[in-house]
Order: sequence, then structure tokens, then C-alpha cells
Amino acid sequence: MSGVSSWFSRHAQAGIAALGRLLRRPLGTLLATSVIAIALALPAGLWVLTTNLRSLTGDVTQTLEVSVYLKPGVPLERAERLAADARRRAEVASVTVISAEQGLAQFKDHSGFGAALEALDTNPLPHVLTIRPRVTATTPRSMSALRNHLAAWPEADTVQLDTEWVQRLDSILDFLQAAFATLAIALGAGVVAVIGNSVRLEVDSRRAEIEVTKLVGGSNAFVRRPFLYEGFFYGLIGGVLALAYGSAVLAALQEPLARVSALYGGRLGIEGLTLEEAGLLVGAGSLLGLVGAWLGAARHLARIEPRE
Amino acid sequence: MISFEHVFKRYPNGREALRDVSFRVAQGEMVFLTGRSGAGKSSILKLVTLLERPTRGKVAVHGQDTGALPSRAIPAYRRRMGVVFQDHQLLADRPVYDNVALPLIVADTPFREIDRRVRAALDQVGLLGREKSLPVELSIGEQQRVGIARAVVGKPAILVADEPTGNLDHDLARDVMRLFKRFQEVGVTVLIASHDETLVREFAQREIHVQSGQVST
Repeated sequence: MSGVSSWFSRHAQAGIAALGRLLRRPLGTLLATSVIAIALALPAGLWVLTTNLRSLTGDVTQTLEVSVYLKPGVPLERAERLAADARRRAEVASVTVISAEQGLAQFKDHSGFGAALEALDTNPLPHVLTIRPRVTATTPRSMSALRNHLAAWPEADTVQLDTEWVQRLDSILDFLQAAFATLAIALGAGVVAVIGNSVRLEVDSRRAEIEVTKLVGGSNAFVRRPFLYEGFFYGLIGGVLALAYGSAVLAALQEPLARVSALYGGRLGIEGLTLEEAGLLVGAGSLLGLVGAWLGAARHLARIEPRE
Repeated sequence: MISFEHVFKRYPNGREALRDVSFRVAQGEMVFLTGRSGAGKSSILKLVTLLERPTRGKVAVHGQDTGALPSRAIPAYRRRMGVVFQDHQLLADRPVYDNVALPLIVADTPFREIDRRVRAALDQVGLLGREKSLPVELSIGEQQRVGIARAVVGKPAILVADEPTGNLDHDLARDVMRLFKRFQEVGVTVLIASHDETLVREFAQREIHVQSGQVST
């Protein structure tokens, strides 16, 4: 009767009994937990997909540069002074001045138009400032603030900022993740309903046992306990199965992905769930199971009274 | 130990099962509730086991007004009482041991203690050694004795039985009644509903006769 050890043994007993019941009808348990696993794996898979795409855009943003093409005829000293002005801004990491001469030299080296450029009398290129923003400042808002500041220079001809597609992709990903979160909530409700229903059926099939147990003095908490454990284990097994299914899909995708990746210089790869995320998935499954069992069984059980 | 004071019981379907019933059962007494089936014996037992509540009047058990007990106190109340049924109410898919242990398990009794008391109870009803049998593997008389072992395993102060010999032939019925008598002799208050008048005469205990929902002692 004493405190903690009695509490522990009571729960261990109810838990083991519930697990035993699930394992004694393996097919039924596998079917029910597979439904749960798919409902959990689907949003988890979409989550993995969007986080991977986002990390890809993250790489792009970090190598981002803003190029300011100055108007023809702006002297080099003026360009240097503008560079100094840009360096003072918080979102700017570094500024490089590429003079018209340097630009022409680079162009000759890299473009293959060397001979053609020789034929020109004058250098057609303007001075260019190449600005690298800080990683922390690559949000769409601070980037457009920087862009507006640079475009306001009277000496600036064109400000080139190739972030628009990144921003578009980013907002699409935002939308998708919000959509997936909604989907996850709907599927979570589905998991609760599936488990609630399974546990409720189990309660009905064991009505005689429940009545006798109450007749000899079993409290509502006592008769409820094994059913709550049953729901918990449904969710737990479902969560583990979801991880297994997800890993299988990921493994199946590795080879085709490696082929794509080879074409892109081997930079692509899918990161699966982290350990914390995997734990969260299994934990969420268990919690949903517990909630489902409670909703399905608690009031139903309290209403079952022995009739004798 | 058990007292009814002007108890009325009307069921939701309008049937008036008990009308102004008053009686007392003293501690350590063995009392038979007699009368035809449908006379109200079962209603009295249901009020004692708190399967039902009286419509009017007062039912006191263990010196406590049961009307003052909230529903959450009912499990603990039932643990202080052993109940035997005509159809024994055993769990068909559990062995004898589990059936007898059930009242101890719901009461959070330590395992060591459960083992000792289940064996003692089975010994008292002459079924030691049958722990692993399923109820269907036992005769009807043996099943009823398992039911009695389950009723007494928690060492209740009150033992209540509703037609415990209803399905048994006379010899088996007498054996079962002797068991009840033996529990009464060690201080348990015993209340048995039975319509078997021959058997009741044989044991010569106080009778409370129920007829059309009213009692005469």
C-alpha cells in the first residue's frame, strides 16, 4: 500500500497488461497503428521536404551580392567615397570597388572576348561597387531597405539585387509550411479519433470484466488505467512506425537524389529528422494516443455500472 | 451493521419494488432474506451493495448512512463487503487465481500479500490447487465456491449473497451454505437472499420474509 512503489507497480501492471493485449492480436494492432503512422509520417515528411528546400535557399542568400553600377563618368574617388558610406550601414558586411579598368581586365580574362575588346577605343564599363550583406541582414525587408538606400545615390545607375526569386521561393515555403501545419492538425485529430474509436470498442468488448471489477470495488481510475495505456501504446507504436516508414522512403530516395546531385556538383542531399524532431514525433503520437483514449474511454467507462 | 429505515424503492419504469421496509442485521449475525422471486429480495441487496439508491428512507451500513456517500466513495465502500451472485460473475477468460485476486488488486494490495490471501481463500472453499484452471474447467458447484473465495478474500466484515445456491442441487447447496455459516462463526455478518425454504429451515437462522415489497420478520 505504501506510496511510490505501489503507484509504480500499479502503473507497471496496467501498462504491461495493455501492451500484452495489443501484442496478443498483432494484425489488428498493426492495422490500427499503421493508420496512425501514416497520419504522423505525412506531415513529418512534408516538414522534412520544406526544411531541406529552405536550407537550400539559405545557402543562396548567404552568397548573395548587391552590385551597384555607377553612372558613366563618375570619378573613381567618388566611387571610393560611396563605398565608405555603404560600409557604415549595419546590414553591410563588406564593399569592394571594382574600377572600370579592373572590370575590363576581368572581362578580358574570363569572357573570351579579349580580342574584340582590344578593338575598342574607350572603356565602356562603369565603376562598380560589389556589396556583400551580413548573413543576419538577408531578410527581404532589410535587403530592400539597403536597395532603396543605394538606388537613391545620384551617382548610381543600376542596383542589381538577385533576391527576388529567393524571396518568392521563401514565401511559397512559408505558405507551404502553414498549409502543412494545418494538415498536421487535421491528421492529428484523425489520430485521436482512430485511437478513441479503437479504445471505445475495446471497452465495449470488455464490458463484463469492467462491471465485475467495479462490483468488487474497482474505482473509475482503476478501470480506466489500462485503456489509457492502450491508447498511449497505440500512439507510441504509431510514432515509431512513422519513423520507420519515413526512413524507408528516405532510403528509397537516396539513389535518385544522388544522381541529381552528381549533376549539380554533389551539393544536394536530404537531411532526415534530427534526434529531437524524431523524439517529438514519437512523443506527439503517444500524447495523441493518450488524449484519444481519454476521450474514447473516460466518460464511457464512468457510465458503465454493474447491474448484477 | 445493516439497517433499513422506512425504505422505499421505485424504479424508473414505475415499478415499486420496496414499500416502507425497515429491519436491522446485527454484527456477526447470519440472516436469510426469503420470499418468492420478484418479491424485492434483490432490490434490498442492491441497496446494500449500492448498485441502487433508495427512493426514500435511510439505508445504513457499517453504521454509516449510505445516502451521504458520494459516488466516488462507492468503490472503497464495496471493498469492505463481499458479494456472491447466483451466476457467480466470474471472468471466463481468467484463471481462478486472477478471479479471486481481483478485489485485492483493485485495492492496491502488495503482491506478496495477494498471493498469501488468495491461497488462504481458496483453501477455505476447498479449491487449493485449482488456481490455474479456467472457470469453464470447473463444475458449477466449484465455480460458485470460486465466487465465494473472491467475496471473502478481502476479509470483509459483511458478506452478501443473492441466491447463491440457485443453480445447485441440494447437496451442493448445503455445502455452500455451510461455508457461509463458517464465515459467520468467525465474526462475519452474513446476509443471504434465498427462495429455497427447505435449505433455509435446515440452517435455522433468523429470516426476514419479503412479500410484495414489504417485510415481515
